Amino acid sequence: MESKTLYDKLIDSHTVKTLDDDGHVLLYIDRHIVNEYTSPQAFSGLREQDRNVWRPSTTLAVVDHVNSTEPNRVDFSTQESGANQMRYLADNCEKFGIELFDLLDQRQGIEHVVAPEQGLVLPGMVIAAGDSHTTTYGALGAFGFGIGTSEIEHLLATQTLVYKRLKTMRVTIDGRLGFGVTSKDLIMTVIRKIGSSGATGFVMEFAGSTISDLSVEARMTICNMAVEAGARGAYMAPDDKVFEYLESKPRVPKGALWSKAVEKWRELRTDKGAEFDKEVELNASHIEPMVSWGISPDQADGISGIVPNAENNVTHPEKVAIEKAQKYMGLEAGTKFEDIPITHAFIGSCTNSRIEDLRQVAAVLKGRQVANDVRAIIVPGSSLVRQQADEEGLADIFKAAGFEWRQSGCSLCLAMNEDVLKPGERCASSTNRNFEGRQGAGARTHLMSPAMVAAAAITGRLTDVRKLVQGT
Amino acid sequence: MEPFDTITGIAAPMLDANIGTDVIMPKQFLTGIDRKGLDRGVFYDQRFLPDGQKNPGFVLNEARYSNAKFLLTGPNFGCGSSREHAVWGLRQLGIRALIGTSFAGIFFDNCMRNGVLAATLEARELDQLSQVVVQNPGLPMTIDLPAQQISIEGHMNLSFEIDDLRKKTLMSGLDPIGATLQYKQDIIDFEDRHLQENPWLADQAEVSQRS
Ligand code: SF4
Repeated sequence: MESKTLYDKLIDSHTVKTLDDDGHVLLYIDRHIVNEYTSPQAFSGLREQDRNVWRPSTTLAVVDHVNSTEPNRVDFSTQESGANQMRYLADNCEKFGIELFDLLDQRQGIEHVVAPEQGLVLPGMVIAAGDSHTTTYGALGAFGFGIGTSEIEHLLATQTLVYKRLKTMRVTIDGRLGFGVTSKDLIMTVIRKIGSSGATGFVMEFAGSTISDLSVEARMTICNMAVEAGARGAYMAPDDKVFEYLESKPRVPKGALWSKAVEKWRELRTDKGAEFDKEVELNASHIEPMVSWGISPDQADGISGIVPNAENNVTHPEKVAIEKAQKYMGLEAGTKFEDIPITHAFIGSCTNSRIEDLRQVAAVLKGRQVANDVRAIIVPGSSLVRQQADEEGLADIFKAAGFEWRQSGCSLCLAMNEDVLKPGERCASSTNRNFEGRQGAGARTHLMSPAMVAAAAITGRLTDVRKLVQGT
Repeated sequence: MEPFDTITGIAAPMLDANIGTDVIMPKQFLTGIDRKGLDRGVFYDQRFLPDGQKNPGFVLNEARYSNAKFLLTGPNFGCGSSREHAVWGLRQLGIRALIGTSFAGIFFDNCMRNGVLAATLEARELDQLSQVVVQNPGLPMTIDLPAQQISIEGHMNLSFEIDDLRKKTLMSGLDPIGATLQYKQDIIDFEDRHLQENPWLADQAEVSQRS
């Protein structure tokens, strides 16, 4: 039999019909997640055409992008337009029979945290959602990808998408991560290496001993952020860690069905000898904690580094890009990263706000205090993560250190609610995008791991968390 | 969706790398439940100064480009967030095509869904094209989709690649959901088989409402 990549197996097993010789297929989608801000026009389209939702039970709706993260939130956002979107989502879910985790539901949270947490993402599934970070689900051996609003409407009405098969890239990572180095540093290193469009037109398979050694949550961080290299999907073969992670989740199959499923899921891997269009290899043992200094996720380097000089050895477009980034970020060439002061520290987003992330943060914060002039915020990935962190006593550590402990949502990852930075403010952030204006017009974002954000919050400047922790 | 055939108009250069959808359509314009009024939001933080006046330094505010129908774009244009609002806004501003070296995947699909052509050229070709555009204010460009040609009369003529399905979709302007529902029986058959083979994917109390 011909050797196949796991990607090809997943696409083949979900192909309803081949549409042409160019690689277009009608692709069946097993699971769909909708949020309040990219779905309204899709539902309006269905209403206008008097169309039904094909299989409502496959869709989950979650409120996450526009809602308030006030610690004592009681009701809809105080912002009129956000409330409008939440109301319309509730309306649409009621009309079309879709399950909704509304703002005050105890399972509410960021869609990409909530769906795996509920066990709604299973190995072998093909999943689409109106959000680019749908790639996250690849960590469970599913294939997830982001779609626009027109495609949401198409998916709701037909349970399918017109899909074009992509090229494949395998990233093999071996070696042990050093102390204080996380999967966030790993994916930021990959993005730096291949560039922010290095995987455009590709899906990425992550493989190698470093990946196997990671926890399932840490793997999610990698698949989540692969989209920042342009990948339209990222996945890893599911293993025992994945099955263990899933087994206790509320919505997974139970009993005999579970055993039968696991048996089949064990076959989900790339065949020996299968060919990829591109292979990338990386040794993880040399990686340092990473920080971004610019306005694109590939403008990043190890914390011991400096802001690069545009004159050094780069092509003309790169030079222009570096100069543009320096200007926006208010940084001069040669500045040491560790000399860059911050005004804000933010821990949150679908990249890094799960319970393991929060445990790492607590380990750094315990017995320490946030610097005087820094506003430090933690927004847990879901309301259940928040509850667990409360129960484990992590929240007490956060509050004692001077962090705000807020309710779940996207919050300062994209600043659509009232959590917005002002021009010139500078934030150490555990999020995924440092584009101009992402956290507020004129605001400056430095991406890094949650532990690195915690370290920066304490010293008031970008800091090597290893020095901070080992120095005590 | 307005069909795309042959369109002539002004092209404006926006050649920076990695111009993402966060920049094309800033978040403050994402709070609606319809598609209206998004033309105002396009490149808002660049197009307007903090006091709301037009920023004279921004390319689309230059008189020569004010009616641009095409943008010449840098690598990885449309990266980042999936927000289709970016394309709705560009379309409402009158943009019908983007010509660049690479586009981010979701954005690329969103363009096609809204009658906006995203055409890919080699870096060298794009370079030449933008030089001609910059050096000849007011000179229109023509995009002939059926022939897959971009031309500026008296200066250049380039062909571009596009797969047939995208080309047809853009040229017909037809409703893609209607097109897919022609295969309704195929979807039903597939679904029945798929749920039988993977019974854990079937919801016990499921009511399918197949359109
Ligand atoms: S946390 Fe950020 S990246 Fe993730 S879904 Fe929300 S806005 Fe998007």
